[in-house]
Amino acid sequence: MSFFQFLQENWRELLGLTREHVVLVLISTGLAVAIGVPLGVLLTRTKSLRTPVLGFANVMQTVPSLALFGLLIPIPFIGGIGARTAIIALALYALLPVIRNTVTGILGLEPKIQEAAVAMGMTGWQRLRLVEIPLAMPVMLTGIRVAVVISVGVATVAAAVGAGGLGTYIFRGLRQNDNNLLLAGAIASAVLALLCDFAIGQVAKAYEIGARRSVGRKFFSFGFAAALILFALSSLVPGLRSTASETGIEKIVVGSKDFTESVILAEILAQILERDGIVVEREFELGGNIPHDSLISGQIDVYPEYTGTAYTAILKHPPLTDPQEVYKQTKTEYAAKFDLVVGPPLGFANDFAILVRGEVARENGLQTISDAVPLARNWQAGFGQDFMSRADGYPGFAKVYAFNFAKQPREMDLSLTYRALQSGELDIIAGNSTDGLISALDLFQLKDDRHYFPPYQAVFIARSTKLGVLNAAFQKLNNAISTEEMRNLNYEVDGNKRSPHEVAAEWVRSN
Amino acid sequence: MAETPVKIQFRSTTYTVGSTVILDGISLEVHEGETVILLGESGCGKTTTLKMINRLIEPTDGEVLVEGKPTTEWDPIILRRRIGYVLQEAGLMPHFSVADNVGLVPKLQDWEKERRAARIIEMLELVGLPPARFADRFPHELSGGQSQRVGVARALAADPDIILLDEPFGALDAITRTRLQREFAELVRSLHKTAVFVTHDLHEAMLLGTRIALMEKGQIVLSTTPDEFVRSELPLAKQYMGTIAMR
Repeated sequence: MSFFQFLQENWRELLGLTREHVVLVLISTGLAVAIGVPLGVLLTRTKSLRTPVLGFANVMQTVPSLALFGLLIPIPFIGGIGARTAIIALALYALLPVIRNTVTGILGLEPKIQEAAVAMGMTGWQRLRLVEIPLAMPVMLTGIRVAVVISVGVATVAAAVGAGGLGTYIFRGLRQNDNNLLLAGAIASAVLALLCDFAIGQVAKAYEIGARRSVGRKFFSFGFAAALILFALSSLVPGLRSTASETGIEKIVVGSKDFTESVILAEILAQILERDGIVVEREFELGGNIPHDSLISGQIDVYPEYTGTAYTAILKHPPLTDPQEVYKQTKTEYAAKFDLVVGPPLGFANDFAILVRGEVARENGLQTISDAVPLARNWQAGFGQDFMSRADGYPGFAKVYAFNFAKQPREMDLSLTYRALQSGELDIIAGNSTDGLISALDLFQLKDDRHYFPPYQAVFIARSTKLGVLNAAFQKLNNAISTEEMRNLNYEVDGNKRSPHEVAAEWVRSN
Repeated sequence: MAETPVKIQFRSTTYTVGSTVILDGISLEVHEGETVILLGESGCGKTTTLKMINRLIEPTDGEVLVEGKPTTEWDPIILRRRIGYVLQEAGLMPHFSVADNVGLVPKLQDWEKERRAARIIEMLELVGLPPARFADRFPHELSGGQSQRVGVARALAADPDIILLDEPFGALDAITRTRLQREFAELVRSLHKTAVFVTHDLHEAMLLGTRIALMEKGQIVLSTTPDEFVRSELPLAKQYMGTIAMR
């Protein structure tokens, strides 16, 4: 599909995501300005506060965005998943340039001007309003400009906590190996950043000394701001409808992790529930361990998980290879520790799959991982962050198979390793066994002949209070999806670029 | 001269920063209609003395009385609006037009718009800047001399009894300075203002002052009329006379 075709078919969704993005940026920078400017002014009056406050804002900006989102989730009132957390995090990022430029803008004024203002008999407030703010405005606006541009960029990460925005396309594009999605998300956010930068630049010019002649410019900038706000507000109208359904009736919030398979499974569950007349709210594409945290804090009610992940990454046990044992122990401990229910197995497992290019496997007659060990000396390996760090990941893997890579394996985004393997930049990666891209990109899965990897059976994990509503659906999904079937479903989305909603609907109809 | 009321009075006024003595117990009376020159080297305390009058600085010991009331008992905002202030190199608000700069203090005092506009025109004409040409200009479009004229107009706009000047003509070229000094001397006399004027230039002091207070190391070492200053036997005064002779 060409990019223009893609835009033709998806412009409505792209517009919706852009709108969400604008809302995130607008509210968060608005908040940052509302807090940052008065705080900045206070700092110009109270020298002793300057270092601690600027220090705090500085630290806030150095915290990686995804980490900040993660840290905010368990905090009551301001945390959780969705737009609120994203807005708080973005505002914290935007705070530093706003405060710092307010302080430098005001303190940077000529002392003579300040002295004249005092000597003319201005009160503190008059000095601020008539002299300091107007003269510091160009510097302050530069700070706000920086804050807005940063926010437009960081807001793409907000998609990881379910806040929507253009990051949704970027994450999805990475995951599904889809350039159109990536381009659409990236270009739209870049254009947005440039537009904001330009517009605030125009406002700043209107504040330059002697700029009274450029009234038109002020009109232009206020017009732009008004247009942006209207655009953002227009999203609230349909938004009201979805919140209206929150009253009274039993509602299930279905979550998912941020990869295709998890979204498809969550969508299948959601549609089965909806068919049974239950109101469903979707909180999909949550990154890292955010779904688990959200389940515990009650932000979501259920999400698809893998027993191996639950057992090693969440319960922190050393890897175990017996699938029944892992399932049993996970179920017992989840009930005791978190008051969470582990549903019946869905019928397939998504184990780690050690992948090489198909042609390499055929040329060298590779079948098992052990076959590849002698060849691997000169190979470049590349693994997702997850695989590099987890207990059942790379260190044990390399040891059990006695891998000896000449070059340090690259640690990179999981979805990017598929592309890099296909293009020959990597020679061996650790993917997921149900990944549709395995057949789509002609990759070959080496057999785990030493039984290193623990089993990753797919299950739903739910809050125990919601089991009554969910149980019928759980029973329907018990052992209902084979590995082959899952791989096909994944390929329909990743390879054939169909929507998870559509693919899930097909499955639900025929089962 | 002694018959006119006292407008400003320093009573053993001292100002110290840490252990550094800036002003060392000075006493001085300024009568209505006088132009008192504070003459001295840089760092002798003359600008500090000036800034005590409108309470930009408060004494650490002793007191300064304006119209019989210690500055510390005045509301500083009201005090400052009643005292005109001309800074070195004008200190105009760069983002205000000439008219807005001149009308600043009247505006702070909530004068009505028409009265303010009329006053701005009156003041600009008084300092020799045709309003039609200058009212809408911005400070960065003015020469040094023009800026200082605006500075004087601004200080006079709210019709204060007292006007303070901190080396107002110091940064101007010789020709502009001489012209402004003459015009200013004329102006102060005709308006019958009480003025305190800081300078390090004896020539300026002789031209403008009705009285000269010579300062050295935080003290007033001589306070006298220009005529008597010429005859003074004080070594520092003689040194200053030397600077004039050299011209």
